[in-house]
Amino acid sequence: MREITYEQAGTEAILEEMRRDPRTFHLATDAPPPLLAEFGPQRVRATPIAESALTGIAVGAAGSGFRPIVNWSQVTFAFVAMDQIVNQAAKIHYMFGGQVTFPMVFRAQVGGGTRRAAQHSQSPYSMFMNVAGLKILLPSTPADLKGLLKTAVRDDNPVISFESGRLGGLVGPVPDGDHTIPLGKADVKRAGTDVTIVAFAWLVHEALAAAEALAAEGISAEVVDPRTLVPFDVDAVRASVRKTGHLLVADEAGPTAGASAEVAALVTEDPETFAALRAPVRRVCALQVPIPYSPGLEDHVFPDRRKIADGVRAMLSGARAA
Amino acid sequence: MSTPSPELQREMLRQMQTIRRFEERASDDFRAGDIYGVVHSYIGEEAVAVGVCAALERRDQIISTHRGHGHCIAKGADLNRMMAELYGRATGYCKGKGGSMHIADFEIGMLGANGIVAGGIPIVTGAGLAAQLEGEGRVAVAFFGDGASNAGPFHESVNIAAAWKLPMIYVCENNLYAVQTPAAKSLAQPDVASRAAGYGIPGVVVDGNDVLAVHAAATAAVARARAGDGPTILECKTYRWRAHTERPNQPDSRPADEIAAWKQKDPIGRLVAHLQAQQGQLTEDEWQAMDAAILAAIEDSVAFAKASPFPTPESALEDVFAD
Repeated sequence: MREITYEQAGTEAILEEMRRDPRTFHLATDAPPPLLAEFGPQRVRATPIAESALTGIAVGAAGSGFRPIVNWSQVTFAFVAMDQIVNQAAKIHYMFGGQVTFPMVFRAQVGGGTRRAAQHSQSPYSMFMNVAGLKILLPSTPADLKGLLKTAVRDDNPVISFESGRLGGLVGPVPDGDHTIPLGKADVKRAGTDVTIVAFAWLVHEALAAAEALAAEGISAEVVDPRTLVPFDVDAVRASVRKTGHLLVADEAGPTAGASAEVAALVTEDPETFAALRAPVRRVCALQVPIPYSPGLEDHVFPDRRKIADGVRAMLSGARAA
Repeated sequence: MSTPSPELQREMLRQMQTIRRFEERASDDFRAGDIYGVVHSYIGEEAVAVGVCAALERRDQIISTHRGHGHCIAKGADLNRMMAELYGRATGYCKGKGGSMHIADFEIGMLGANGIVAGGIPIVTGAGLAAQLEGEGRVAVAFFGDGASNAGPFHESVNIAAAWKLPMIYVCENNLYAVQTPAAKSLAQPDVASRAAGYGIPGVVVDGNDVLAVHAAATAAVARARAGDGPTILECKTYRWRAHTERPNQPDSRPADEIAAWKQKDPIGRLVAHLQAQQGQLTEDEWQAMDAAILAAIEDSVAFAKASPFPTPESALEDVFAD
C-alpha cells in the first residue's frame, strides 16, 4: 500500500473532495499552494487574520448551499471565533428547527511537543465535546485522517477535525481510491486480552509502544483508538473492557472534565461493563497546567509510553493510582 | 431617484403597519404569559426593515438581530408560523426550538434573528460570498444596531466584504441606544456610516423614519452590489419607542421628551400623510380598511398559534444533527 505522511493525507483528502464537489471551497489565513494551484483563488481564499469573520462566513455559506472547509491552522486561533463556533455553528441547525443543513469542516492542530509554549500547545477538544451540535474527529494515522476528513466534508453538519501537530510527518499506509471511514467507528489498533488502553491521536502511538514493551513482560494490552469523539463508539470501548477487565485512558489533554473523564464515565455507568472491571479505571493524562516552554518542563507535563506502561503495571499489580 | 409606485408605497405601508400590530400583540401576549422568555419590540423602526426589503428580491438574503420580527415580516414571513413560534408551538418556524430571538425562514432568504449582538454579521457575509461564488446577482443584507457597529465581527466582516467586493449591504439601525447605553457615549464618531471611509466603500446616512428615503438609498446600494461593485454601509437613524425588552421592570433611562419627540416622527404616520396628501392614493376609509385587515390577520395568527400543539418533549432530541 502507498505510504504518505499525515499532513499529505489531510491535503489529499481536501483535494479529492474539492474535485468531487464544486460546492466546496476553502478558507484559511493562507491559501495552501496545492489547493490554490488546482482550484484557483475563487475557491481557495486567503482570508484576513480574522477568525471570527471567516468562521461565520463559513456558517452563512453553508446555510446557502455550499460546503466550506476552514483551516484554523491551530486550535488556539479557534478561540478567537468562539461565538461563531459555539453560539452559531453548533446551534443554528437546531434552533432554527432543522430548516436547512450547515455542512462545514474546520481543521485545527492540537497537542504539544513542539516547544511553542502554552498558547500554541493545547488539546482542548473536550471543551468542544461539551457543545451539542459539533462532530469531532481526532485521527491518529494518515489513513484515518484521510478517510475521516473525506467523510466529514460529505457530512451535513459542522465537523471539527483536531489533528495532532506531532503527527504531521508521520508516514503510514493509505488505501488507494475513494477511501472513506464512517464517523463513530473506533479502531482496535492492537488486539489484547489483559488490559484495554483507550488512547487518542499521538498517544495511540505511545500506547502501541507501551503495549510492545508490556508484551515482553507477558502482559497483553489492547489499544483502542476511538478516532472520533463525537459521535463516540461507546460499544467498541465497552466491549473491549468487558473482555480485558481493565481500562487505562491515555490523553494528551489534562484530566479535568476531559475526553478521558468521558470515557471513564461511559465505561463505569454501564452495569455489565462495570461488573467486568477488576480494577479501578486509571487515567494517564497531561498535568493540569498550561503547557510550558522549556523542554524539560514540557516533557514532564505530557504522558508518554513509559507513563502508560507504568500505569498498566500498577493497575495489574493492584497498586493504587498515584 | 425614482419614487416608488403608489402600489409599492401602499404595500410598504401595509407591511409597516403589520409589523406594528404584530409587535403590539406580541407585547400584550408576552405580558399575558402566552409568550415566554423575552420579546424585543421593533415599534418605531418599521421603516428600516420595510424600506430595505422592498428594494430586495425574494432570492436575496438577509440576517436579523435580537429585534427581529420586523425583518421577518418585511421579507415576507408567514404571520401564523411566526406567532406559533413565539407561542412555543410545534407549528412555529423553528418547531418551538427558537422563540422570538431565533425566527428564521430560509425559504424566503431570512437567515434568522440572532441573540448575539454582531453575531449574524459574519454569517450573512458568508451568504454574500455564496452569492458571489454562484455569480447570479443575488445580494445579502446585514441588519444590525449601533451597538453591533462597535463589535469586532462588524469590522472584520466589512473589511472582508470590501476587499473581496462581496454583494453586501450593511444596514445599521442606529436607534441611539445599545440596550441602555447612549450611542453618544459609545461611538467615537456619531455616524456609523462614516466608518465606511476606512474600508473604501460608500457610507450613507438616511432618515430611518422615512421609508421612501430608506428605500431609495437601499435601491442604490443593492444596484451597486448586484453590479459587482461591492458593499455599502447604510445607516438609518431611527428610534425604538419601547424599552430594550418587554420584560417587566426593565430600566429605561431615556428622557420622556426624547421619546415623545421621536413619536412625532412616526414612520407610519408620515407615509400615511404623504399618501393622503396626494389625490386618490389613500383615502381614510382605505387606510382604516387596511388596518382592519391587518388586525384580522394578526388575530388569525394568534388563533393558529393557540390551536397548535406544543412540541412533544421527545422532540427536544431532534435536529441536534442533520441526518
